[in-house]
Amino acid sequence: MTAFLPTSSEYIRILPEIILTLVGVLIMFLEAVTTEDQKSIFAPITVVGLAGALIGTFAAFGNPGPAFQGMLMVDGFATFFRVLVIGVGLLAVLSSSGYLRQENHRGGEFYALLLFSLVGQSIMASANELIMIFVGLEISSIASYILAGYLRDDARNNESALKYFLLGSFATAFLLYGVAWIYGTTGSTNLTQIRLVLLNGAEPVALAGIAAALIFVGLAFKVSAAPFQAWAPDVYQGAPAPVSAFLSVGPKAAAFAILLRVFMTAFGPISSSWIPMVWGVALATMTVGNFAAILQSNIKRLLAYSSIAHAGYVLVAVAANSGAGSAAVMFYMAAYAFTNIGAFAVVTYFARKGEKYVAVDDFNGLSQRNPAMAAMLSIFLFSLIGVPLTGGFFGKFYIFKAALDSNLIWLTVLGLLNSAVAAYYYLRILVVMYFKEPGESSENLPPAGAALQIAVYGSAIGTLVLGIFPSWVLDFVVKAGLK
Amino acid sequence: MTLLDMVLHAPLLGFLALLFVPKASARMIALVISLVIFAMSLGLLAPFMGGATPNGLAFERNDVWISYPPIHYHVGLDGLSLWLVILATFLTPLAILCSWKYIEHRQKEFYAFLILLEFGLIGVFVSFDLFLFYVFWEVSLVPMYFLVGIWGHERRIYAAVKFFLYTMAGSVLMLAAIIYLYNKSGSFDYTEILSQLHSGKLSFDPHTQLVLFLAFFIAFAIKVPLFPLHTWLPDAHVEAPTAGSIMLASVMLKMGTYGLLRYCVILFPDAAHSSAPWIAGLAIAGIVYGALVAMVQPNMKKLVAYSSVSHLGFVVLGIFSFTQAGLDGAVYQMLNHGISTGALFMLVGFLYERRHSLEIAAYGGVATPAPNLAAVFLITTLASIGLPTLNNFIGEYLILQGASQAHFIWAVFASLGVILSACYMLWMYQRAFYGKASESVSHHIFDLTPREWLAISPLLVLMVWMGIFTQSFLPPISAQNALILRDVNQTQSRAVAAEVKP
Repeated sequence: MTAFLPTSSEYIRILPEIILTLVGVLIMFLEAVTTEDQKSIFAPITVVGLAGALIGTFAAFGNPGPAFQGMLMVDGFATFFRVLVIGVGLLAVLSSSGYLRQENHRGGEFYALLLFSLVGQSIMASANELIMIFVGLEISSIASYILAGYLRDDARNNESALKYFLLGSFATAFLLYGVAWIYGTTGSTNLTQIRLVLLNGAEPVALAGIAAALIFVGLAFKVSAAPFQAWAPDVYQGAPAPVSAFLSVGPKAAAFAILLRVFMTAFGPISSSWIPMVWGVALATMTVGNFAAILQSNIKRLLAYSSIAHAGYVLVAVAANSGAGSAAVMFYMAAYAFTNIGAFAVVTYFARKGEKYVAVDDFNGLSQRNPAMAAMLSIFLFSLIGVPLTGGFFGKFYIFKAALDSNLIWLTVLGLLNSAVAAYYYLRILVVMYFKEPGESSENLPPAGAALQIAVYGSAIGTLVLGIFPSWVLDFVVKAGLK
Repeated sequence: MTLLDMVLHAPLLGFLALLFVPKASARMIALVISLVIFAMSLGLLAPFMGGATPNGLAFERNDVWISYPPIHYHVGLDGLSLWLVILATFLTPLAILCSWKYIEHRQKEFYAFLILLEFGLIGVFVSFDLFLFYVFWEVSLVPMYFLVGIWGHERRIYAAVKFFLYTMAGSVLMLAAIIYLYNKSGSFDYTEILSQLHSGKLSFDPHTQLVLFLAFFIAFAIKVPLFPLHTWLPDAHVEAPTAGSIMLASVMLKMGTYGLLRYCVILFPDAAHSSAPWIAGLAIAGIVYGALVAMVQPNMKKLVAYSSVSHLGFVVLGIFSFTQAGLDGAVYQMLNHGISTGALFMLVGFLYERRHSLEIAAYGGVATPAPNLAAVFLITTLASIGLPTLNNFIGEYLILQGASQAHFIWAVFASLGVILSACYMLWMYQRAFYGKASESVSHHIFDLTPREWLAISPLLVLMVWMGIFTQSFLPPISAQNALILRDVNQTQSRAVAAEVKP
């Protein structure tokens, strides 16, 4: 046994998690001592905390390497996902502060829960060990379950939280069962160790394959991949709009980080047994998501199905099982984060108090009531369609390029055709906003709050920058991607 | 910064500027911007003047846009793209002029989208990087979608969505083919891929080549549109506002025929040769079918739309004849169709502004209250049906000559289209303009206004000019086509030789 006590540089490597936890705890304390009028301080504190966590992430990256007996691995890959989830948290805070005020629910616990959820996701991003992955996943999930039901007087919020909780726990159980199985087979929970054992080939591949399948099921739940996607539409529809935005990006990005790390590192040696599984799930997910989205009339539900479809595209890159594939996943998640958070933020704004206007038809003629916000939503929708000069386009491009590199020709063709189908339902939102005359729903549209505007414009700039200068991010992910 | 860069980027800057100008002055500013762009684009002619054929690309610029995968901002101009760029810059101010009164609500956005469309169209014709080409190809889709969807007629939403989805479905397959080409060649650069193909460094077995060819071909055939993929076109045309119809028919459809020549034929000559009989068959079917359907249309715009299907069948036929005359005719006919069909849509738009109907039956005797309009319409009609001394005649003649050199029977069937076009156009003209003017016609219809004269006369001048002085236009086109044919036939003969050897 070498150095049992962690060194100081190992603490620096978990600096972002430490900062996030401390700020979260601080907010819990302050919540108890503030009066109703002072509740507005939580959002700024959270923003400062997130900025601190970002700085901590870079500090950790200045000193990369394993920490705590290889439980965590701070490398480019982990740093990218840490920055991503913290950035998502930042945008989520900005787009929810106005919403909470409008719904008269300005408690500090919202921000504390958000921070705890981010702690979990940040751990997931850097975990290199199955127990650690499980811990991160649970921290993130439990906080998210509560967030989904945050407006506790609202029946839909309750339904959403309960569904999310039950199905999420179910999924975690699968994951844990898979962890137990692989431990029994290889005698280790460390990803690098498992890889070495499997490389030796002494262990029966079938047993490891079953473990891989169980872990995949658990993670497929988290990223809402078919056939485990059924919870997503109900949860996203029922949860408060800014929370849906957060749930559709943050936990998903972290789950994809785990998926890549577990399957490319630990299960890399048995890739021939899991690639067909991912192949099938990717195709099913894209298809189910897109075709179900066509039928939706509620925008939140539509975006939920769209996010299922996008998980399918990302799984195409996972199936590529290559450095290019892992880079493509990272780039796509970044582009998707900006796009989806932005889209949900505009929906939050247009939905107004009590989320009264969330049907597609309620968006009639909104381009004439608030041209700027409608234009921003158009940018996000074009990015979701995959029109050039937006991040979504390059994301798709890199994914399908990686897939073709790995000779997944049919999956590429079917995926691209899928994205053409998807254009239809995104266009429907554009149609109502631009081509229809304003109706009753567009009366009395209040001006957008400052924080929300920052979130929307920031996301739009991010989407366009990733679409016009993709190299800025791409050069990093190509280096940092798992090989 | 070359002149071509300026011509390409000016519309984008114009679009951004238009977003911030006051509403009332938007159309004036848009007009000025588009005229400036047109004036600049005339400077692009310089290297091609006096029969000179520049070595390689004129105004070439090749900079890194994205370092990995290597995507370049590689633009340039050759004999094939030269006139199409000028066609786009030439028609944009005219489209703005004829929307002056027609577009009443949300003017600013309208002109902004029109200028953005110009950006996409120019970009498609000057890109020499496959990826850049794809970007512009898709970018041009967005403004047209809004132009049809916001300012169109009753069924505009259906038409706009159909237009978008058709093109999108075709182009995703093209994207897959572009990525595949990149994976094999390591480059998106058109000239690089071409030189790899010529040197034999990059080669495909016949099956792969055919699949790649088809992936490109379907995208372009939808855009052309080639029978039987044409069904989006009548909808889009009928529903689009006048300016949208003009830009769609005159320039946007040429993206398809341009792509066929630039990418399908040049990159995959063997597959193009082997599938030429099938494609020529579809082209001829389109020529005849488009003409027959046009004949029975009660709606003027639909009639002109189907006539486009017929005319563009000629262009495709010319390309796949693989003869100098056929190719020259095809490129020339792209321009001719741009001028004469653009003029037809503009004139139909003028009629619509007066009578608010597109049904031929709502007119009749228009020549009485509006003799000048009738005269102008007649000249345009005659140009469209290919009367000698007017522009279309030259293009159709060359295509028929090329087709007959390839297979005489092609020319026989295709010439049916020429005859039929005279039938449907003249019949429409007769029903709309002759006879006794009804009460409502004489009440609503008035003659051309000065603004309308301004918009239509450049087109009339060109119809005559292009019909008589072909030498002003054809030399750069012919020179380029000779190069294309040399390369295409070379690889073809090499492939034949390789087959014979074992």
